[in-house]
Amino acid sequence: MNFKNRDIISIRDFSREELLFVLKTASEIEKRSDDYKDRLKGKVLASIFFEPSTRTRLSFESAMQRLGGSVIGFADSKITSAVKGESFMDTVKIIEGYSDVIVIRHPQEGSARLAADVAEKPIINAGDGSNQHPTQTLLDLYTIQKHMNRLTGLKVGFLGDLKYGRTVHSLALALAKFQTKMYFISPESLKMPDDHMEELRELGSECLEYERPEPKLHELDILYVTRIQKERFPDLVEYERLRGVYRVDDKMLSLNPRLKVMHPLPRVDEIAYSVDARPEAIYFDQAKNGIPVRQAVLCLVLGETL
Amino acid sequence: MTKEASLEIPKIKDGTVIDHIPSENIMKLAEILSNKFKSTVTIGINFESKKLGKKGILKMDDTFLTEKEVNKIAILAKDGTLNIIKDFNVTKKYKLKIPDVIEEILKCPNPNCITNHEKTKTKFMVNKTEPLIMRCRFCERSFGKDELIFE
Repeated sequence: MNFKNRDIISIRDFSREELLFVLKTASEIEKRSDDYKDRLKGKVLASIFFEPSTRTRLSFESAMQRLGGSVIGFADSKITSAVKGESFMDTVKIIEGYSDVIVIRHPQEGSARLAADVAEKPIINAGDGSNQHPTQTLLDLYTIQKHMNRLTGLKVGFLGDLKYGRTVHSLALALAKFQTKMYFISPESLKMPDDHMEELRELGSECLEYERPEPKLHELDILYVTRIQKERFPDLVEYERLRGVYRVDDKMLSLNPRLKVMHPLPRVDEIAYSVDARPEAIYFDQAKNGIPVRQAVLCLVLGETL
Repeated sequence: MTKEASLEIPKIKDGTVIDHIPSENIMKLAEILSNKFKSTVTIGINFESKKLGKKGILKMDDTFLTEKEVNKIAILAKDGTLNIIKDFNVTKKYKLKIPDVIEEILKCPNPNCITNHEKTKTKFMVNKTEPLIMRCRFCERSFGKDELIFE
């Protein structure tokens, strides 16, 4: 399978086999990290973040450095020529001349796809507005596979803000390729959008919707928790009403001792700190898995094979 | 072309006729095609139609449009027909077909889509035609017929 020069823009662009191939590559790199430490020597990653990020930006930079490559870039668009009125497309074309691969986060949806249209070097989408964040989905899948020893036929619950959460939308889309039974648990006002539900059902997924997690918790293999995002609410009273509606704590976990709890982080108060030390909590490992998965993506788009 | 329409609009010698256009869409359709017009153009609105109730018709003298060019506007006239006229005779007749990809003529209804902020062409992938559902290639949002915005 050849990923050389391929743009990583959306999980919709991946077949099931391609997803598995990236995960297999990540697993190999994690197992034999020493063998890969000079694999991208002499290559330059441009990390261009027009929006704040800590985990994604730092884990891409760490991934590149662990492969022997170097990193240029910015984490604040206010210090770029964008403030002088330079178009996004021009910025991408200029930066392409300085690098071998570009990782982009941008607040507008579709920005990474447009960057891929104008640049010949591979573009990796690190989040385009509320649309896609494919490497987050890949590391979510990697985490699930690592802890469950399989991806097919699992029962996965999604809890929290399912309306605005892009991580949920794209993970659900990826899991639909693996015959996953999905349980969407949210307040009525934060339900999965209808068009996403329709797309998942057309892909053959069994999708169920609930307002409370407790009645179905015992059936789940994975509970994927998301933050209720304050910045998405025009009405802060509504936010205050919903923010504490779900809280994963020791009592809730006693309903299913084999459950694994994931979260894309950052969390606010939707998972009690007391859960962190429990075997069910795999969200810090999930964040750490960003390194091998992003190492795999960088190696593959730059033409390195196992 | 229907008999009723032919009574009210003179026949053209050479050119293209698009028939069975919903009356409410014809001005928009004419506007989109206007850069292709070579000569006289006749726009007919509110002709009687068994199928549509009221229909519009667009006759373009000396203008020859390909099936592909006209399919671009098929979302405005899904039951439309394209007739190529040569020496007063219909030499070719096609039923319009909504293409799998629609480029340029639509604006993305998502205000935060990059296509509304950068000078770039829009592109929509048609997922379904009944009812019409299309997905923006850039922001990946899906839109129905009622949400479409023409440029």
